[in-house]
Amino acid sequence: MNDGAFRIDRHRFAVEHFSSRLHWRHGLWLALAFFGSFVLAHAQSDTQRIPSAIGTLFIWLPFILKGFGLNLLMSFIAMACATVLGVGLGLLQISHSRWVSLPAWFITHLFRNSPWLVILFMVMFLVPFEMQVPGLGIVRLPDWVKATFAFSLPVMANISEILRGAVNSIPKGQWESAESLAFTRAQTLRWIILPQCIRRAIPPWMNWYALLALATPMASVLGVREAVGNAQAAMEAAGARPEFLLPFYLFLLCLFFAYIYPIALWTRKLERKYVVAN
Amino acid sequence: MFQLIAPFFQDLYERTGLNFIVFYAPYEYDRFLSGIAISLQLIFWSIVASLLIGVFGAWAQSARSPVLRGLVGAYIQAFRNTPPMIQLLFFYFALGAFTPQVDMGGYYQPLISSFAWAIISLGIFGGAFNVEIFRSGLEAVPDSTREAAESLCMSKWQIYTYVTLPLAFRISLPALTNNLISLAKTTSLAYVISVPEVTYSLNQVWSDNINVPEMMLLLFLFYILVVSLLAAGLHFLERRLALPGYGQ
Repeated sequence: MNDGAFRIDRHRFAVEHFSSRLHWRHGLWLALAFFGSFVLAHAQSDTQRIPSAIGTLFIWLPFILKGFGLNLLMSFIAMACATVLGVGLGLLQISHSRWVSLPAWFITHLFRNSPWLVILFMVMFLVPFEMQVPGLGIVRLPDWVKATFAFSLPVMANISEILRGAVNSIPKGQWESAESLAFTRAQTLRWIILPQCIRRAIPPWMNWYALLALATPMASVLGVREAVGNAQAAMEAAGARPEFLLPFYLFLLCLFFAYIYPIALWTRKLERKYVVAN
Repeated sequence: MFQLIAPFFQDLYERTGLNFIVFYAPYEYDRFLSGIAISLQLIFWSIVASLLIGVFGAWAQSARSPVLRGLVGAYIQAFRNTPPMIQLLFFYFALGAFTPQVDMGGYYQPLISSFAWAIISLGIFGGAFNVEIFRSGLEAVPDSTREAAESLCMSKWQIYTYVTLPLAFRISLPALTNNLISLAKTTSLAYVISVPEVTYSLNQVWSDNINVPEMMLLLFLFYILVVSLLAAGLHFLERRLALPGYGQ
């Protein structure tokens, strides 16, 4: 009792630790609000001739879901690119040579500290829409490919930091004992340090995937036809009635929630497992 | 200020073609400055709103009523697991359709402007994270500290304001720094509901003058400056408030 008087559990307030007690009931609230808005919209729209807001949403559902498919595709590809680039950048960052680590540090912090939207604008406007590739002729870059690349940049920078942090969190004794066994620096990293980093890095990596998937709707600002862009187009096409707005946007929120929430739950579970394992 | 720098940038444009028009054309200069002013206000007020929501939310989560706790939990999960951009669109377009209009003499203006909706929406978004951060800060305060305060005959409110809250605030400061910085960056999303903050105004500038790379550079500089200052300020606070004997 006295012993614990001024003890603070550090792991309880570590940055990764805030996806509190999740429960399926929380999702139920959102679904309830969603269907509630249907009822509201239904009561507002005047009957028969014109389809109600909920009817319109059902008509356009496949179109919006097709857009959501693009969201998912963009998030998968961007995450794959970000992981590869981020691990590379992270390794450069922990290099002993100042000439390598300083530029890597600069790139990491440039993309970590800029808003996603600004990075998106930069890539969309400054990367050409078609390129002359030797051997392939002119290659056209569709908007969504550029947007995918743009989303991978900030995640890349954060993965680079995750890697650096994970490598630094390995006790120094491991480096020293590897050195005494005549391992080179590269061998130590490959066979001793990185395998231990993977487990530590997986929960934050998944967290960043969730953030990435939540950022993909931004692409609609620049005309990529993903879920939000398609929903807006559908509202326009169906007559742009104001009572569409509430159910359509609430449906989009539910769509993303239904996808991200299980990921958040799973991340939480892995985190807890990791804490126990330590 | 403008008179001082204008000739240099005019000259730079004529010699090299680098068109930093916001520094030599008075109209664009005003547009740029007002964008910066609105961005800074937006950052400031959404941080204030998110902190208020965080403090009240954390307090509500420690309440006895399961309904209140459930509501706060649902709020946190709903806003953490949905895209902030759709939240902004939802607040501005879907909820904005229900707010009353004010007669401005001939034309009607919504009672809550897009700027106000951006503050509300971003505040609620950032607040969802802050509730968690404050709650874990409050939970990290040892029970025996609270018991010691109780044994000194302090009332519940006194314990909360003089003992628990100051300790919890210091404990949650590192995580809070991260969240507030990410919130400051998220304010650029107010672009989608056409709040004329810096991203939006520079977007107009580059659309009018076709000088995307130069304006993009300015935009990066602006955000890096703001984020660095915010981070420096909060780290300073962290060091000043650090409890002797804790951490490390």
